[in-house]
Amino acid sequence: MNNLGFDKDLLEGLKLQDKNCIEKIYRQNFQMVQSLILNNRGSSDDAADIFQETMIVLYEKSINPSFELSCQLKTYIYSVARRLWLKKLQQQQRIGLQTDDFEQIIPVEDDLEDHQKQQDSFTIMEKAMAKIGEPCKSLLEAFYINKKQMQEIALEFNYTNADNAKTQKYKCLVRLKKLFFAEYKY
Amino acid sequence: MEESLLIQTTERYFKGEMSEQEKISFEELRNNNPEIDQLIVEQIYFLQTLHKLSDQKRLIHHTNETVAKLTSEGFITNKQPKISADIISIWHKYKKTVAVAASIAIVVSVTCASIISIFSPGKQNSIKPLVEKLREQDVKYKKLEKQIGKLNEAAISNAPLEKPRLESKFRATGFMIDVVNNYLVTNAHVIAEAKNHLIVENNKGEQFAAQAVYVNVDKDLAILKITDEDFVKLAPTPFSIKKTNADLGESVFIMGYPKQEIVYGEGYISARNGFQMDTIFCQLSTIANEGNSGSPVLNKNGELVGVVSSMETNVEGVVYAIKSSNIFNAINEMKQTKENEDIKITSNPTLKKSDRVNQIKKVQDYVFMIKGD
Repeated sequence: MNNLGFDKDLLEGLKLQDKNCIEKIYRQNFQMVQSLILNNRGSSDDAADIFQETMIVLYEKSINPSFELSCQLKTYIYSVARRLWLKKLQQQQRIGLQTDDFEQIIPVEDDLEDHQKQQDSFTIMEKAMAKIGEPCKSLLEAFYINKKQMQEIALEFNYTNADNAKTQKYKCLVRLKKLFFAEYKY
Repeated sequence: MEESLLIQTTERYFKGEMSEQEKISFEELRNNNPEIDQLIVEQIYFLQTLHKLSDQKRLIHHTNETVAKLTSEGFITNKQPKISADIISIWHKYKKTVAVAASIAIVVSVTCASIISIFSPGKQNSIKPLVEKLREQDVKYKKLEKQIGKLNEAAISNAPLEKPRLESKFRATGFMIDVVNNYLVTNAHVIAEAKNHLIVENNKGEQFAAQAVYVNVDKDLAILKITDEDFVKLAPTPFSIKKTNADLGESVFIMGYPKQEIVYGEGYISARNGFQMDTIFCQLSTIANEGNSGSPVLNKNGELVGVVSSMETNVEGVVYAIKSSNIFNAINEMKQTKENEDIKITSNPTLKKSDRVNQIKKVQDYVFMIKGD
C-alpha cells in the first residue's frame, strides 16, 4: 500500500523533467482524473488540460526544496485536479461539484495559491514580451525560453559575432524588465 | 548603459558564473548599498521568472508529447472509463475471500468477548454508549412547551399548524455526508433506540422524517436517509472524510447535541485503538456526554477523522470514536445494493483556512439531532 518511496523517485524524475517519469505519472493517474472530469460535466479535452495544469503544480512543488509529499502521490494529484476543476466550474457559474470521492482528498488550497501567483507573474512576463517588439522578442525568447546558444542566435539573427548579439540581448533585457515591473506589483 | 551592465553582472551571479573573488566583491557591493541591493533583488526575481517560464514551457511540451504517445497507444481515449464496473468486478472476485475473512472475524471477536467477560468481570459495563434517554419528566415538559409554542403561533398568525412534532425518547447526533441524496452518519446503537419513528432535527429545531438504510452493529455505524419532502437540500459538505488514521496527539474538535442546542468540545487523539484495543475505534481525550453519540470528530484542517461512539465510565475524559475510514467501507457496502447505490460523499472542503469560529459556523448546519421513539 505504501508507495511513498516510489512516489519520491517519480517526483525526483519530474524535477529533472525526465520523460519516462512524466509518462509513468500519466499512466498511473490520468484515468482517475479523466473519470473525475467526465463525471462532472467535463470533456476529455478538459481532462487533458486539468491534468496538465496538475502536472505543472506538481512540478513547481518538486523543485521547491521545502516540499515533502505527506500523502500518496495519487492522493495529491487527485486533490489538486479536483480543486482546479472545481475552480473552473465555479468560473463558469456551474457551482457545485458532486464528486463521488473514491479517492481520499487532502487540502491543497495553499499550494494552489502559490501556483496561481506564479502563473500570474508568467502572464505579466508574456504580456511584456508581446509588447517589446522585434527583434528583441525573438532574441530573448531564443535565449531565455528556448535556451539556445549565443553562437547559434548570432547566426540566426545575422549578427556578425556572438558578442554583438549579447550586447543587444542585454539592452532588450533591460527594456523587458521595465515593462515587467511596470505591471508587476509586489 | 549602466543598467545593462548591472543586469549582466546580476545574471552571471544568478547563473553561478562568477569566480569566488568576484562573488565576494559583488556581495560586498550589495551589503554596502541598500539601493543597489534592492535593484539586484528585483533583477534576480525577474530572471528567475524568465527561467521558470522556460522550464514550464518545456514541461508543457513534454506533457503534450506524452499525451500524444499515450493516445496513439490507445491508453488515453475519449470514452468514459468504467471505474465503477471495475470496482464491482473486484468485489465479485474477492467476495468469497471477504466472506471467509468476515466470518473468521466474527468468530474471533465473539471468542475474545467471552474471554473478556470471564476474566474481567464487571468491566463489561465500564463503557457506555452516549445516547441520552430523555426522562418522562422531560417529555412532559417538552409537551407543555410545545403546546405553549403552538398557542403563541396560532395567536400570531392563522397559518396552519406545523406537522406534529415527535415526542422523542432519546437524543443523539448525526451528520450529513451526502447533500444530494441526504444521507447522514450516526451510530448503530442510536438506531436501535428508535423502535417506531426516527427523525432528525436541525439546529433551528426543524424536524424531518428519516429512515435507517444501513446498520453495522460491529462497527457501530449507521447511515440514515432523510425521507422528508420538506427538507431543503444543503450546499456540499464543507468537510472531507479522512481515509487514513488520525495521528496520535492530533488536536480535534467535536460538535454534537448533549443538550437541546449544539455543543462544541475540544480534545486530542490519545490512543490509536479503542476499548480493549479494538482497531475499529480510536481513543480521544475530551469531554463528551449523553447525546454526543454520532458526533463528528474533526481535525484542525476540518477533515472528519471519526465519529463519537462511547465513553469510559470509570475514567474521566476517555471517549471512543469510530475511525473515519470505516465510513468509506460502509459506503462501499451500500453501493452494492440497488436502493442505495446512489450514495456519494459530497464534500467540498473549505475549512482549512478558516479559524475555529468560522469552521464551527460552517459545520453546524451539517450536524443534526437524531431522535425517535
